[in-house]
Amino acid sequence: MSFPWARQYQPKAPLMRWMDEKLPLPRLVYNAVGAGYPVPRNLNYWWNFGVLAGAALAVQIVTGIVLAMHFHSSAAGAFDSVNGTIMRDVNAGWFLRYAHANGASFFFIVVYTHIFRGLYYGSYKAPREMVWLLGVVIFLLMMATAFMGYVLPWGQMSFWGAQVITGFFSAIPVVGETIRVWLLGGYAPDDAALNRFFSLHYLLPFVIAAVIILHIWALHIPGSSNPEGVDVKGEQDTVPFHPYYTAKDGFGLLVFLALFAMVIFYFPDYLGHPDNYIPANPLQTPAHIVPEWYFWPFYAILRSFTSDFILPAKLWGVLAMFGSILLLFFLPWLDSSPVRSNKYRPKARIAFWVLVVDVLVLGYCGGSPADPFYVIVAQICSAYYFLHFLVILPMIARSERPTPLPNSITEAVLAKHDASPATAH
Amino acid sequence: MVRAIALVVGAGFTLVLAIAFYGSISGLVGDPSPKIWTGAPQSAETEAHLHPRAAGLRSDGVMGKFDKQQLQRGFQVYKEVCSACHSLRFVAFRDLKGIGYNDAQVKAIALGYDTIPSVNPDTGEPATRKGTPADRFPMPFANDIAARAANNNAIPPDLSYITRARHGGADYVYSLITGYQNQPAELLAKFPDIKTPKGLYYNPYFANLNIAMPPPLKSEGQVQYADGTKPTVDQMAKDVAAFLVWAGDPNLETRHQYGFFAVIFLLISSFLAYGAYRNVWRDVKH
Repeated sequence: MSFPWARQYQPKAPLMRWMDEKLPLPRLVYNAVGAGYPVPRNLNYWWNFGVLAGAALAVQIVTGIVLAMHFHSSAAGAFDSVNGTIMRDVNAGWFLRYAHANGASFFFIVVYTHIFRGLYYGSYKAPREMVWLLGVVIFLLMMATAFMGYVLPWGQMSFWGAQVITGFFSAIPVVGETIRVWLLGGYAPDDAALNRFFSLHYLLPFVIAAVIILHIWALHIPGSSNPEGVDVKGEQDTVPFHPYYTAKDGFGLLVFLALFAMVIFYFPDYLGHPDNYIPANPLQTPAHIVPEWYFWPFYAILRSFTSDFILPAKLWGVLAMFGSILLLFFLPWLDSSPVRSNKYRPKARIAFWVLVVDVLVLGYCGGSPADPFYVIVAQICSAYYFLHFLVILPMIARSERPTPLPNSITEAVLAKHDASPATAH
Repeated sequence: MVRAIALVVGAGFTLVLAIAFYGSISGLVGDPSPKIWTGAPQSAETEAHLHPRAAGLRSDGVMGKFDKQQLQRGFQVYKEVCSACHSLRFVAFRDLKGIGYNDAQVKAIALGYDTIPSVNPDTGEPATRKGTPADRFPMPFANDIAARAANNNAIPPDLSYITRARHGGADYVYSLITGYQNQPAELLAKFPDIKTPKGLYYNPYFANLNIAMPPPLKSEGQVQYADGTKPTVDQMAKDVAAFLVWAGDPNLETRHQYGFFAVIFLLISSFLAYGAYRNVWRDVKH
């Protein structure tokens, strides 16, 4: 499960030896994130984001559990419990609410960065396909959790966002409407929907935590990849996770917390929508219904499909929106190039940056009204998104001429520092 | 095999998008008088709607604090002008300590309200009672139907979160209250449909241009301030906007104070952690 030169856990204190015999949890920690886990020495800061994602989940769970102690999950009581009680009367309630709401945004910022790191450095390629698949599962669970969480305060956007998203199910032919009503527990989002969303919103983060354990376990079989994309060849290519990456991750975590604190304390409403401070009114539709910013690219893809073609446009939109995430499951087999890192793949690198711009533009369109200009731009960008993963990457993998890879991680590191190999540790 | 299916799926989505794209383009080309970025013909609202003017409140920005004197004046404006129609249902009388009143003053303010819903202790019939500091501000109308009946079929919104529930916040509230004007003849000529109906009032700061609320602050001296400040319409509007910022965000000042220490602490810690990181990695090329 690890490299042969990994340090061995050797408890000295009698209590720790007793523990090691009965329940070797300290050994597990030592081998997973301690001095017993060798990691490539050349990881850059893009590798910090996995730990940051775990930290963001921890923040959400802690703040969420305390918020749940005060939340009333009924259509009549939800808004008042959040904005009347938690924000005003609960000690530090305002802090918990802002931390939780903005924590969701930070969770997505960190996870999107983590995903794009994976895309650039080929982290999804063999032997780490399972890590990638589990990661996509985590992403889907996060989206479900975030959607349900946003409904809970029962503001205008909560209600109407729920109305729109659950409306997708009615696009399924024949059984769609029945499924929609069954899921909602009624004909429109109401008490039944709110209660079950609260239940599932409390549950899913723990499912996410379990899948994260599998995700890290799957990673620790081959070990981490690295920016060069070449395999670890020997002891000189690695450093023990502790103290090298505990120190680096600790620094990254504090920077993350500093930025997080700036938003919580000074710009708590910036990433939200003012309409969610209006209590839900089923009889009054907001001028522009938009989800939270982290759903905007997918919302843009959904709204791009404006023409019927065999299937109704609405169904195309829903299929494309889900398809845009599901296609990620197939990425390890779509991109068959044996070269992992885009550092050595000139054509793939260009396609990657086009994708980044494409997703940002899609995001901008998704947050804008559905005026023809934004719809047209979104249609072009949606087409590129599908072509990128389904056509362009496979073609590049076949036809590309990668630049020469370094023979080892250490060689790449030393070449960077321009020193003789004799001084390598 | 995967790649073959992927090619078909990718081509399929792209084909449907191309059809939709063609539809969008031809819709745009065929439209007689579009604006390329709205697609809708110019409307009165897009033409005449104004962005809010800055109110310049002490609570603005990252260094925002509360000017308690201004909040007390604003509370006086709310109480004497706005509370006739607008509720403030999330604010309790005891919260008024946050704008500088002491316990005795809060108790006196609460006692000044005698419409708190209650029950006659002898007969059990619905009744009203005087307020206590624990009570929240009472609703001006018994229910939504009563609210509509008294206000030309519009429900005056609760003001507890009004500065957070509108784009522009306090600036919007300030601009709206002071923004009533006569409907310009040029606008009416271009868009006859926007003529202000009877019972509504023209206000370009309101998104729909015609608002059901009559101008609440009509003349100087409508409220006689307890601290002697000159009660111009502009002054009263700023004061009530400041009060409503507090009503929607009573923890603003505390939040900014804690935030200052939290961010400084985390930045210093980050700096130290960076030093520790550099120290740990000192002898390892990476």
